Amino acid sequence: MLTDRDRIFTNLNGRRGADLQSALKRGAWDETKFLLEKGRDWIVAEMKASGLRGRGGAGFPTGLKWSFMPKPQEGRPHYLVVNADESEPGTCKDREIMRNDPHLLIEGCLIASFAMHAHACYIYIRGEYVREKEALQRAVDEAYAANLVGKNNVHGWPFDIYVHHGAGAYICGEETALLESLEGKKGMPRLKPPFPANVGLYGCPTTVNNVESIAVAGTILRRGGAWFAGLGKPNNTGTKLFSISGHVERPCNVEEEMGISLRELVEKHCGGIRGGWDNLYAIIPGGSSVPVLPEHQCQDLSMDFDTLRNLKSGLGTAAVIVMDKSTDIVRAIARISHFYKHESCGQCTPCREGTGWMWRVLERMAVGRAEKREIDMLLEVSTQVEGHTICALGDAAAWPVQGLIRHYRHEIEKRIDDYAANPAPRDFAVAAE
Amino acid sequence: MTKLIVDGAEVDVPAEYTILQACEAAGAEIPRFCYHERLSIAGNCRMCLVEVKGGPPKPVASCAMGVRDLRPGPNGEPPVVSTRSPMVKKAREGVMEFLLINHPLDCPICDQGGECDLQDQAMAYGVSGSRFHENKRAVEDKYIGPLVKTTMTRCIHCTRCVRFVAEVAGVAEMGAIGRGEDMEITTYLEHAMSSELQGNVIDLCPVGALTSKPYAFQARPWELSKTESIDVMDALGSAIRVDARGREVMRILPRVNEDVNEEWISDKTRFIWDGLRTQRLDRPYVRENGRLRPASWPEALAKVAEKIKGADTSRVGAIVGDLAAVEEIFALKDLFGRLGVTNLDCRQDGSALDPALGRASYLFNATVSGIDRADAILMIGTNPRLEAPVLNARIRKRWRQGALRVGLVGERADLTYGVEHLGAGTASLTELVEGKSGFADILAKAARPLVIVGAGALAREDGLAVLAAAAKLASGASVEAGWNGLSVLHVAASRVGALDLGFVPGEGAKTAAEMAAPGALDVAFLLGADEIEVAPGAFVVYLGTHGDRGAHRADVILPGAAYVEKSGTYVNTEGRVQVANRATFPPGEGREDWAILRALSDALGARLPYDSLQQLRAALYAAHPHFAAVDEIAAAEPADLSGYAVGSLSGEAFVNAVPDFHLTNPIARASAIMAEMSALKRGSLAQAAE
Repeated sequence: MLTDRDRIFTNLNGRRGADLQSALKRGAWDETKFLLEKGRDWIVAEMKASGLRGRGGAGFPTGLKWSFMPKPQEGRPHYLVVNADESEPGTCKDREIMRNDPHLLIEGCLIASFAMHAHACYIYIRGEYVREKEALQRAVDEAYAANLVGKNNVHGWPFDIYVHHGAGAYICGEETALLESLEGKKGMPRLKPPFPANVGLYGCPTTVNNVESIAVAGTILRRGGAWFAGLGKPNNTGTKLFSISGHVERPCNVEEEMGISLRELVEKHCGGIRGGWDNLYAIIPGGSSVPVLPEHQCQDLSMDFDTLRNLKSGLGTAAVIVMDKSTDIVRAIARISHFYKHESCGQCTPCREGTGWMWRVLERMAVGRAEKREIDMLLEVSTQVEGHTICALGDAAAWPVQGLIRHYRHEIEKRIDDYAANPAPRDFAVAAE
Repeated sequence: MTKLIVDGAEVDVPAEYTILQACEAAGAEIPRFCYHERLSIAGNCRMCLVEVKGGPPKPVASCAMGVRDLRPGPNGEPPVVSTRSPMVKKAREGVMEFLLINHPLDCPICDQGGECDLQDQAMAYGVSGSRFHENKRAVEDKYIGPLVKTTMTRCIHCTRCVRFVAEVAGVAEMGAIGRGEDMEITTYLEHAMSSELQGNVIDLCPVGALTSKPYAFQARPWELSKTESIDVMDALGSAIRVDARGREVMRILPRVNEDVNEEWISDKTRFIWDGLRTQRLDRPYVRENGRLRPASWPEALAKVAEKIKGADTSRVGAIVGDLAAVEEIFALKDLFGRLGVTNLDCRQDGSALDPALGRASYLFNATVSGIDRADAILMIGTNPRLEAPVLNARIRKRWRQGALRVGLVGERADLTYGVEHLGAGTASLTELVEGKSGFADILAKAARPLVIVGAGALAREDGLAVLAAAAKLASGASVEAGWNGLSVLHVAASRVGALDLGFVPGEGAKTAAEMAAPGALDVAFLLGADEIEVAPGAFVVYLGTHGDRGAHRADVILPGAAYVEKSGTYVNTEGRVQVANRATFPPGEGREDWAILRALSDALGARLPYDSLQQLRAALYAAHPHFAAVDEIAAAEPADLSGYAVGSLSGEAFVNAVPDFHLTNPIARASAIMAEMSALKRGSLAQAAE
C-alpha cells in the first residue's frame, strides 16, 4: 500500500486546483532549474537508476530510451513528442493527469527535452479529449505567462511546448503513426527501422514518451532515482496509475505501488467486486489489447510487468477491466475484436484482412453459430496476424482472441453445442428485430 | 559491401541494399506485391517476409529492411537470412490467405488473367483451399478516367498506383480513403486523372483492379503475338512491346530501357492502337474531277511518274513527315537525288535546325539518362510534359533528389515539379545571356547545366539565334569536361534521322514553308507530311497511312505502312539509333514505304539499286555508317555556332510545339480514345478557367 508521502500525483482525483498556484503548493516546478543545472548525464543516469519503465504499455525503460538520442547536429533539431493519444479501451489515467495535474507533465516535458537537447515539445492529445485539451492548454498558457517555459524562460533552456489535438483515431497512439499525423499526414505507422530516435518528426531525432512517463520525471529527479527504485519490486519499480473499470463497486483511477495484489487494489480502492470477491470471473489486466486472465489466476495476482508476462498476459497500461460472473466472455471479446477491426489503419494485409475475419468468426461464436474446428482455425488466424504487421496493432488484435481461446475454449464449445441442439429460436429472434 | 548468408550461400552486396535485393542477388526468389524498384518502399503487402536468424522471433519484411540494419552474429559472423524455412513458408501462406479472402477470385472474367501477380504467386506460395466462410467484401468501382478501368473489389491495397501517381507522375490525384478493411483507392471525388502517364498504373497494378479500359475484354495475353519495337509518338523513342492478334494491334506495353524510358510510356504511346485501325488508306487513290477514286498501283504510280517527269526539277519538291523511318527517307532522298531534285525538307514545322551546323546542334546532347546528373536545368520554349511526358518524369525524378533549380523561358505550365518562370519571350533569354538575371548565376556555376530547347523555340524566324543563345548558356565557365548541356527536344520521331541523312534543301533550293507557298511547286511529294498545308496549284502526291490532312489535299494517294507494320530505323532526340520491328501487316494494298518508292523509281526510269530491305540498309550503312550502330549514340562534336550568321532575336514570346498532347499526328487524330482524352482535357481546362 502506497503511503501518501510517496504519491507523485497528489491531485489525481481533482479535489484541489489544477492551476499553477495550486500546483506550486503541491511541489511542482520546485527547484527545476537546480535539476537542469545538474546536467544531462545526471538526469539520464537518475532516470536509469529509478528503473522507470515506459507507462504507455510496452514497458521499455525510459532512461534507456532517453539515452538513445544521437548527438545534436547542426540543422537537425531534436524533438520530444508526448503521446497523450490515450485510446486503449479501459485506460483513462493520462486524462486525469492532464485534467488535474498538468503542471507535472509540463515540468516533465521541460526536463526531458533538456535531457535530449530538444527545444520543442509536442503533446499529441486524443481527439475525444476536448476538456483535457482545454485544461492542458490552460496550464501551458499559465506556464508561459509565468515564464517557466518559452524562449527566455527562468530555467535557461529555450523551450517551446505545443498542444496538438488529434482527430480521434486509435492508431495515432502508435508512435510512428502519431508522428505521421503530427506532420499532417494520414495516421499510418511507419516502417522501422529507422526508429524515431534517428528519423522521427520531420525526419529529425525524436523521442516519443507516454504522458505518465514524462509526468513522473520531475518528482523522480527531486526525490532521487533510488527512492523510486525502492518502491515496487525489482525490475518493476515505482508507482503506477491503475485504472480499474468494469464490475467493481466504484471504478477509479488510483496511484499505487507496482506489484500490488489485484485483490488489494480492487478491495481497497474500488469497494470490491460487485457481489463479492467470489463473483470474480475474469480480468483484463492492462487495457483491452492484453489477453484475458481467468478467475483462478487472479487470486494472488501481483500487478507488475513480469508476473503478468509470465502468465502470457501483460500489464500494458495497467487498465484493469474486471468482469464478474454475469459476463458473456465470448461476446465481450467479440466486441473488443470489433474495436480493433474498426481501428485498423488498413495499411498492411494481415491486420486489414485478419481483424475483420476474426471479428466475424467471433460474432458467430458468440451465438454459437460455428463449428468446433473453427476454434483452432481462429487461433491460427490470430497467429497469422500476430507478428506479421508493421505496427503492434496486429498483435493487439490477436492477443484478446488468443486469451479467450486459451482460457475459455470450453465456453465457446458449450455455446456451439447449445446452438447445434436448438438453432432455430435465436435465428428467428435476430431476423425479427 | 556487406556480407550475409542467404539460404546457406554467402553473398556480398552493397551496404545500401535491402534484404530483398540481397536475396535476389543470391538467386532466391522473393514474392512481392507492393514493392517496386522505381517506387518508394511501402512494406505493406507483407508478402516478402523472410526469416532473419538472431533477430526477433518473427518474420521480417525483406523489402523494407536494409542489410546494414542486420546484426552480425556474436562472433562477427555474417547475418543469416532464410527464405525457405518453415516459418517463411507459413508466413507467406498466411499473407496469401488474407489477400485472397476478400478477393473475388473472378479470374475467368478478369482481364489480368494470365498475367496476374496474385494468380501466379497464389499458385506458387498459397494453399489450395479457403477457410473463410464469411461474406466477401465488395467495393464500388471508381471512375478515374477513360483510360483506366477499375474493378475495386479486386484491389489488394498495395498502393503502387498511389505511389506512382504521387512520385513519378507528380500529380497528387490518387489516394486511399477510409481505413482498415474499408480502405478504398480512388481519385478525389472520382475525377479523371490528368496525368499523361496514367496508363502505367495498369502495368503496376499486380491484380486486375486497374486494367486498360479500351482493351477491356478484347483479348487474352496468351493469344497475342508480342513484338519488341520502338514508339514514334514523340521523339523520345520509348521501348515498347506491340501485342497483336492476327492483323490487329490489340495493345501496346512498355519495355524496360534504362537509358530512355526506364519502364514508363505515355498514354499516347499506350492507347494509340485504335488509331491504327481507323481512317486507314488501304488502296491507292487518284483524284479525278476533284474527287478521289480508287486506283490500281500501276495506274497511280504511272500518274505520279508522268507528273514528275513533266515538271521542271526546280519545281518538284519533297517534304518528310513526323513518323517516317530512316529507310524511306533515305530511299526518297536517293530517288530525288537521281532525278536532280534539290527541294527537299524534313522540317515541316519550319524549324531552323540545319545539319550543316554539326550533329550536336540538333541533338539532346546531355542524353536522357544524363538528366539524372544535371545540376541546373533551363527550358526554352518547351513543355516537356506534353512534348515528351516520360522525359518530363525523368526531370521530375532528378528534381525530387533535390539540389536542382529549374528555370523556364516560355509559356507557363504545370510541369509537376518546381519551375521558376523567368519570362515569356526572347527578352528574358537575352537577360540570361547577358548575366542580368538571377538564374544566369546558377547556370554559370553549374558543372552540368542542361539547357533544353523546345521545338517551338526553333520553328521561328529567329530559331538559329535562339539556338545560339542556348548554346552560350550551356557552355558556362564551370562546365565539366565531356558534358554538353545543349539539348534540343524534338517532337517528331523522324526528325533526327532525317537531319542525319541531310534531308534539307540543297544550295538555293526551297524550304518546306517555301514549297508550300502558292505557285512554288508543280509537284509536291509528301512522305507522311500532315502538319503542313500545300497551297492550291501544285500536284500533291501523298505517301502515308491515314486519311488525314495530307491525304485530303492529295491528288494521288499511295498507301504506306504505319510504324508497327514495318521494320524501320528511328533516331531519337538524343541521337540514339533504334530499330522498330514489324508486328502486323499494312491493311489492304498498303505496302512498306521504301518498297513503294522502289516501285516508283522503276516507273520514273531511275531504278533504286536495292530490291530488299537488307540491300537498302546495306546502302544506307555504307553512306551513313552511324545508323549501323543500333541502340548507340554516335558521338557528336559540340556545336560551334559562332561562325554562322544566326541573326538576332525577334523579341517575340515563345509558343510551344505541342498545343494538344493527344492530337499530334495522323494516327492520334484517327484514334477515338485520343479524341476523348483531348476533349476531356479541353473540358477540364475550360473548367479551370472559370
